[in-house]
Amino acid sequence: MIDTFIGNFGHLMAIVAFISALITAFAYYNYYQANEIDKQSWRRFSRISFTIHGVSTVMIAVSLFTIIYNHRFEYFYAYSHSSKALPVHYMISSFWEGQEGAFILWMFWNVILGAFLIKINRVWEAPVMIVFALVQAFLVSMILGVVIGDLKIGSSPFILLRDATQAPIFQVNPDFIPEDGTGLNPLLQNIWMVIHPPTLFLGYASTLVPFAFLMAGLWTKKYSEWIRPALPWAIFSAMILGMGIIMGAYWAYVTLNFGGYWNWDPVENAVYVPWLILVASIHTMITFKKSATALKTSIVLVILSFILVLYATFLVRSGVLGDASVHSFTDLGLSGQLLIYMLFFLLVATVLAVKAWKHIPSSEREASVYSREFWIFIGATTLGLMAFQVILPTSIPAYNALIESFGGISNMAPPADQVEFYTKFQLWFAVALALLTAVGQFFWWQKMDKQTLKNTLITPYIISVLISAAIIVLAKVYDWKYIILVIAGTFTIVANATILSKILKKSTFKLAGGSLAHIGLGMVLIGIMFSSGYSDVISINMSGLTYSNSWEDEMNKEHVLLWINKPTQMKDYTVIYRGRHKKVVGVPDYVPAKLLESTGEVNMALAKADYKDYFKKGEKVEIVLEENDYFQIDYYQNEVLKFSLNPMSQFNEGMGGLISSPDSKIYLNKDLYTYVAAMNDYEDPDWKEDEIYEVAPGEQFHVADFVTYFDGAEVMQEIDGYVLQEGDIAVKAKLRILDYDVEKILEPTFIIRNNQVGKLAVTDEELGLRVSLENILPEENKFVFKVNQYQKDYVVMKAIVKPYINVLWVGTIIMLIGFTVAIVRRFDEFKKMRDKGLEV
Amino acid sequence: MKKGHILGLGIIAIAIVIIMTSIGDASSYEDFNTALEMKQSGDDKAIHVVGQLKKDETGEVVGLNVREDKVSFTFVLVDNNGTEQEVFYNEPVPADFTRSESVVVIGAYKNEEIFVADKILMKCPSKYQETEVQAAGM
Repeated sequence: MIDTFIGNFGHLMAIVAFISALITAFAYYNYYQANEIDKQSWRRFSRISFTIHGVSTVMIAVSLFTIIYNHRFEYFYAYSHSSKALPVHYMISSFWEGQEGAFILWMFWNVILGAFLIKINRVWEAPVMIVFALVQAFLVSMILGVVIGDLKIGSSPFILLRDATQAPIFQVNPDFIPEDGTGLNPLLQNIWMVIHPPTLFLGYASTLVPFAFLMAGLWTKKYSEWIRPALPWAIFSAMILGMGIIMGAYWAYVTLNFGGYWNWDPVENAVYVPWLILVASIHTMITFKKSATALKTSIVLVILSFILVLYATFLVRSGVLGDASVHSFTDLGLSGQLLIYMLFFLLVATVLAVKAWKHIPSSEREASVYSREFWIFIGATTLGLMAFQVILPTSIPAYNALIESFGGISNMAPPADQVEFYTKFQLWFAVALALLTAVGQFFWWQKMDKQTLKNTLITPYIISVLISAAIIVLAKVYDWKYIILVIAGTFTIVANATILSKILKKSTFKLAGGSLAHIGLGMVLIGIMFSSGYSDVISINMSGLTYSNSWEDEMNKEHVLLWINKPTQMKDYTVIYRGRHKKVVGVPDYVPAKLLESTGEVNMALAKADYKDYFKKGEKVEIVLEENDYFQIDYYQNEVLKFSLNPMSQFNEGMGGLISSPDSKIYLNKDLYTYVAAMNDYEDPDWKEDEIYEVAPGEQFHVADFVTYFDGAEVMQEIDGYVLQEGDIAVKAKLRILDYDVEKILEPTFIIRNNQVGKLAVTDEELGLRVSLENILPEENKFVFKVNQYQKDYVVMKAIVKPYINVLWVGTIIMLIGFTVAIVRRFDEFKKMRDKGLEV
Repeated sequence: MKKGHILGLGIIAIAIVIIMTSIGDASSYEDFNTALEMKQSGDDKAIHVVGQLKKDETGEVVGLNVREDKVSFTFVLVDNNGTEQEVFYNEPVPADFTRSESVVVIGAYKNEEIFVADKILMKCPSKYQETEVQAAGM
């Protein structure tokens, strides 16, 4: 039965949320304008209206999750993002796999943030909430799914499958409900898909808070007072957004085979750029609080960071990126709406800022080179230039689309080698930033002139040069660019550590946020330099194959072909591929796939043999995601097995083929990162022509390249899986096949019943062999075997050593701690002032 | 001149450098004819060419030639003007390669015969179209 109720309810809630958002904006406007007598009632009305909006937003989410949770595959969203086999935490992931779900998530965070602001702010409620309500109205409109004439507003997640697709089945049977959904993209079936999107969207949502305070400040003529309540939120936003970016990078690194943690893909750039601007705005806002300068810069930066988040959303979700990105989002026809959303707030912000511009206090006095304002300003400028350098080429597809929409032709394409292109700028900006944070922190904490500057800097400078020298020598950093980066990174760590120890001695940990975050930055830079700059592909193909083209020989082949059981040299290791494995419920290690036989039931298999103490032959075992194959690769050094890695791959028809996931050996000072790039497909083997061997028992012969012993044959009384009748004769031959250090036993069987001959061939997928006992020649004491060959099992693998990547991860954690300390401090400041009644 | 002005000029100068390099380093979409002309005139810059894999009447991909060690391969790409070109890619065959609707190769001509791709982007039949087929099949 098609349940239309829950979908209609969700759709209704979307409409309620949209209308209540508009009413909330209107009500708060009246609350702000109202005189003292009416104020109370307008305030109550506004809050009720916002509560209705909040509740209906939550109900949208609840409806959509109910549809997914109850496997209501008559709904397009559940059908295309979920399936019955998904555990609950992946159902949560399916919720935000689709764009509509992502918008709902965004709206949800805005509601939470809005409720929070109402609770903790006394004076700012009305103007801030107007901005919130308007943003919510735009966001809800993305999932509204209302059609007025030719105008389609939003894409509803509550449409039925029969309305979304033109499948002929629905003409026959409109009430058709598919048995199962197409599932969550297997790439996304991991813990990061559960926690990364909520974090990232909280980051997106929270950029609205400082922006809303700014808009409120400009509108209500509190040109500088907005900074205090906005600052802790700006830091919060930068922290969460930064965490979201790092999670995304780490996710890409551990489960996707993009080859690294950062690829300068447009989607990555689109979050990186607003984050840079946000960080710049924090610095100028802090400067303003301390010395009443940089207000105008702060205003511009806060507006920019919010608009850039919208621009990022536009780039990623409008389909304008097309094939410029590996993250493909389908165009839901929302580009126009997204564009209007962005332009609306750009326009409002610009108009308000321009009108207020001449009233905004600015300091006329020239900032001295020995002032902290000067250094912070240079730092913010550097961040701004970094952002500009990234957003410009990232926007090339948008630029092309713009030209084409005016009938022009533009064939501009993003840079061919994006990593090289971005690195050559970002590297030097990063060096500048590192130096600025080191020097800037000293200016921040004490008054400087030429002499004190020299005196304070000299010790950290000497220490960091010494440490850098040690790093350079020990880690063999001989590239001059990287040497400079190491010095800059070390300098910022040492200088900020000096400051940190002073702060801890003199005052409280609460003030340590800045120096901690900067120490983190230094570590991130050094970690990136090593793990990317000195990443070393060790899987260089040494097959010695000569190619028809001479230029082809000169190219480095950065993958190795590993035949099963065959030892292959890979730099310091000898590696051996040991076949496919599966993960079985209740078994801690990987189980060889050849021990398991498919039962036709989802994720259930029959054991073909005993496996340790975990299961016995003939038992049914449960597989964790049966599509997943784990390719066991053993690593030997000096003939000793050091460790095994199991990079995973999944063949998923619905998702367009092979999906790979890396496996890494993690050392303290480096990672060995490996993934499978291609593999043997033995689903439908293309057997070569018959080879016939006549062999006597005890004889040794060669099958293909394998040394094979024919140990003998015996007459069987019973055979597995075959019922013998009275008078049947069954003979089983035992062949021992040697493949390097592995011995395999193949036992083809020969049955005679009423002068009819039956042959039970055996297939070994790993060796790519099919052997049958064709005939027995008693007078010659010979057995006749027929052998067909296909191909030995193999994988093509890439292995990369990434040195000191842990420095990067530790650095990011320290940086996030620094942000958190700063949030606590700034929020305390705000609370104290608010409680004194000095909120504005 | 005030310090602020010098600073401003410096920022503008860096911004101009960024813009110029972005334009200079930006690649372009070409077809095989214009790409070959570029090569002949000595321009080795990596460019984008959009095309489809060559297929026979039954829709099977033809011209795919995987090297014996399976770590590189060549294939025939037909650009939007119908020009056929053999392309070399120094990576294993991507798993869903033969299923792709269109292929973007980023690279340049090595010599007059062969185009070497540094990177391949594939556009695969989207999940949504897949949905229709499956629903219809049931």
